[in-house]
Amino acid sequence: MSAPRVRIDPIACTGHGLCAELLPERIELDEWGYPLVDGEPIPRELLAHARAAADACPKLALRLASGDRG
Amino acid sequence: MRLLAGTRDDRPLSWAEHRALHGEPPAGDALLLDEIATAGLRGRGGASFPTGAKLRAVAARRGPRSVLVNGAEGEPLSGKDRVLMRSAPHLVLDGALAAAKAIGARSIVVAVGRDARAVDAVTTAVAERGAAKAVAIAPVPEAYLAGEETALIRHLDGGPLKPTTTPPLPFERGLGRRPTLVQNPETLAHLALILRHGPQWFRAAGTLGHPGTALITLRGAVVRPGVQEIALGTPLLEVVEQAGGLTDDLRGILVGGYHGCWIPAAALDDVTLDDEGLAWYGASLAAGVIVLLGARACPVREVTQIMSWLEGQSAHQCGPCSNGLPAIANELDAIGSGRDDGHGLARVERWAGLIVRRGACRLPDGAARFLRSALEVFAAEFEQHARRGPCHACAHTTTLAA
Repeated sequence: MSAPRVRIDPIACTGHGLCAELLPERIELDEWGYPLVDGEPIPRELLAHARAAADACPKLALRLASGDRG
Repeated sequence: MRLLAGTRDDRPLSWAEHRALHGEPPAGDALLLDEIATAGLRGRGGASFPTGAKLRAVAARRGPRSVLVNGAEGEPLSGKDRVLMRSAPHLVLDGALAAAKAIGARSIVVAVGRDARAVDAVTTAVAERGAAKAVAIAPVPEAYLAGEETALIRHLDGGPLKPTTTPPLPFERGLGRRPTLVQNPETLAHLALILRHGPQWFRAAGTLGHPGTALITLRGAVVRPGVQEIALGTPLLEVVEQAGGLTDDLRGILVGGYHGCWIPAAALDDVTLDDEGLAWYGASLAAGVIVLLGARACPVREVTQIMSWLEGQSAHQCGPCSNGLPAIANELDAIGSGRDDGHGLARVERWAGLIVRRGACRLPDGAARFLRSALEVFAAEFEQHARRGPCHACAHTTTLAA
């Protein structure tokens, strides 16, 4: 199984911005507080942070998806 | 001419006239999938997706399937789908019925934009051929998002006319949550003729990379604007001459409508209307809208109006449309009216980059393409407005407004 990537549901996301605090290695915020995701695979050492970011999203708009899509 | 051959301006071809002209409708079996792929037909709704691949994707799904004919034509500058449905509704239905049979779909919905003549023509055609059991007609609101397939499906299923997050794509979960083949009416009309005459016949017109004919909507500074059928690869200059020539000097050319791309006026001398020819200028034919912007129009004002309109038409569901587009529209308004602080254009360019690929649908991507190409082709005009405010042409009526 390939390394997971961060995926944002752009309709669900309302720009709380917690994800960027928990996973700054992969997520920045734009000037309105919405996430800019770099789309790179999440290496093993970042997985725990990525899961924490997904769990912390109050809109459940962030998830980890493996492979090319999903 | 193929699709518009033998058609009239004032009424649709009847079922009898249609069969006399084109012969009996094609059956539509599994072989169809190969024929369409061999023909190289690509979708004529804007995205130019290979039709054969789409058919196969829906055919490969399990359970009941549907066909959705997307005739919403939400692009305000496009008129070709309503012209086709008004004049040759049976050709569209031939294609829809054959495609449905080939992929194993039992129900067909034809979504028609708010155009009474098109709705009447399709309704009459369905009745004439006794297909009312299989084909439902759904008039849809006049709205930009009506043509966005996920928004259209959500609306037809009783929800708001707003896009949904993908995946799942319609071929996976569409109308009534069933796998759904979504096709533009023109695409299905071509499909109907390919089944009658074969892939080689289809490829006899057009280019190797972009075969066939296409319906285009020509607008702006030409003597006879309107819908034409062209062989793909036809030089734009020839199309303009066929339409009686220009009525004004050109400032720029918009290809593809409100989600399309501006190309320089000088392209008129050498650009051909097919995706390879247009790729030289970073454009694609999309749904075939060509606007020739004359010297009497102000591109800054035109572009500003369209960006505001797109912002208003968006669902404001995602970051790009709730933050980016409103900010861009405001800033362009400030630039055009002489209230720029000297950094407006830089901000607009940055925001245009920020809204791409971050929405559920491609509305912001198309808006960014339209805007960025305008900033490039009309760089001098934007600079001039930023420094000095409105120009003489700003007072004239606009060419592009919805």
